[in-house]
Amino acid sequence: MNNIGKNSFDIGYMDTLAEGDSLFHRLDPRAKLITTLIFIVAVVSFDKYALSALTAFFIYPIVLICFGELPYRYMLKKVLIVSPFAILVGIFNPLMDRQTLIQIGSIGISGGWISFISIIFRFILTVTAAFILISLTGFNAVCGALIKFGVPRPFVVQLLFFYRYIFVLTDETERMVRAGSFRAFNSRAIGFRTFVSLVGNLLLRTLDRAERIYRAMCCRGFDGHIRIIRAMKISYKEIVFTFGWAFLFVFLRCFNIPLKLGTLITGFLK
Amino acid sequence: MSHHIVEANDLYFTYPDGTAGLDGVSFHISHGESVALVGENGAGKSTLLLHLNGYLSATQGTLRIGDSILTSKNLNIVRRTVGIVFQNPDDQLFMPTVFDDVAFGLLNLGCTGDELERRVMQALETVGAQHLRKRPPYKLSQGEKRSVSIATVLAMSPDILVMDEPASSLDPMSRSRLIKLLKTFRHTKIIATHDLDLAIDLCERTIVLHQGKVTADGPTLKLFQDEDLLRRSSLERPLRMQKCPVCSLVNDK
Repeated sequence: MNNIGKNSFDIGYMDTLAEGDSLFHRLDPRAKLITTLIFIVAVVSFDKYALSALTAFFIYPIVLICFGELPYRYMLKKVLIVSPFAILVGIFNPLMDRQTLIQIGSIGISGGWISFISIIFRFILTVTAAFILISLTGFNAVCGALIKFGVPRPFVVQLLFFYRYIFVLTDETERMVRAGSFRAFNSRAIGFRTFVSLVGNLLLRTLDRAERIYRAMCCRGFDGHIRIIRAMKISYKEIVFTFGWAFLFVFLRCFNIPLKLGTLITGFLK
Repeated sequence: MSHHIVEANDLYFTYPDGTAGLDGVSFHISHGESVALVGENGAGKSTLLLHLNGYLSATQGTLRIGDSILTSKNLNIVRRTVGIVFQNPDDQLFMPTVFDDVAFGLLNLGCTGDELERRVMQALETVGAQHLRKRPPYKLSQGEKRSVSIATVLAMSPDILVMDEPASSLDPMSRSRLIKLLKTFRHTKIIATHDLDLAIDLCERTIVLHQGKVTADGPTLKLFQDEDLLRRSSLERPLRMQKCPVCSLVNDK
């Protein structure tokens, strides 16, 4: 199996993880969704040079991965796969912003490098939080929660189909690449003309397959409404979970705890 | 009137590109009948099946499912009555786990809680797939996928079971298991297939389609003995009705 196939299987594994039965799995999807959103807002609201304050936010993914019984290696691997996007966003910062902000001995670290690392931190935190949300809740339930929050139904259904069609797309791509590789004896890379034809064919085949899946959904009564198996119910557990984390996020946003701890420890050592 | 009857009266259907899918199809299928739908590729079998569930609407003619004539207003009732199992199980299975997939149709019918759980497990038990309930569908074998896709439809307790090429891409053991399973169902069954041996095993009656028209409708064994009809419909005699080459070799010696 090629890498495309392996990766699509891996994305599907997140939905399989959502079938778990930990305390976090059993929470109402709305509580997990709103907590994740607060987390993301808190993380991205820091200024561009924030570094030490962000490290405290790693407590959220760590606690959820540990107590939600999620495979940390898998999560890490998934984040690494999408990390080139973040690197692309921040890679030019060291070139644009050369003003030295931190001096460690004789080595001066420019603002560009700090903001670049800050982008990587934020990226890891937010993407991990999103992956954890899907792994603890399932994408269908997340969509159900979005509808409960009043997000327009057509938007949510589009989102749901987009997610499902990732698998269709990767499946079709894998088949085509496999068929191509069986007939490409000498060259590893495919030519431009072949590539264009492959992309065009892929689009048509994916549309066709998507149509057949939609047909199967309609035949089993799908009418644009998303229904989920686990009933949504807000109890004291959800309230404690959401408000507990929200309070911590606000606290960590207002007070740079790692910096204060660092100052305390270095002061003590002196 | 029985909920299990299917009656087509002069059905016509033309695809948007002008291709005629159905060209005046008429038949009557009674309660509990098991009917094979055979014909060459492009004869109109799949087009007809999609009409039975209301996914495609005839450009002319009427289709009666049970008590009522199919219209856009009673589409939901018809979809509860007619369950379609598609040719490719990968098109039918799209949820994260087997349990979710079987529950999908039931949730759309408004079934929840313990009742949902009970019906899902019952459907999986019927096809012998209860042990697969937590597995992701894309990791199943082709035979397992086929069983689960049948369960997704059975869970909705349809009166009429419609299947498109149920035995395609199954190994011989899975195929015979499927035939045994289908024999146990008391539903009205409509099976579109190229596998004429399967048609003999499961269906006492066969409808032959050719270029969107019904060219023959009668007892399966009788129709399959008509060489001329089979040739005109690009079909071959079922293997068990052909002269066995091994036996003739032995007899010649």
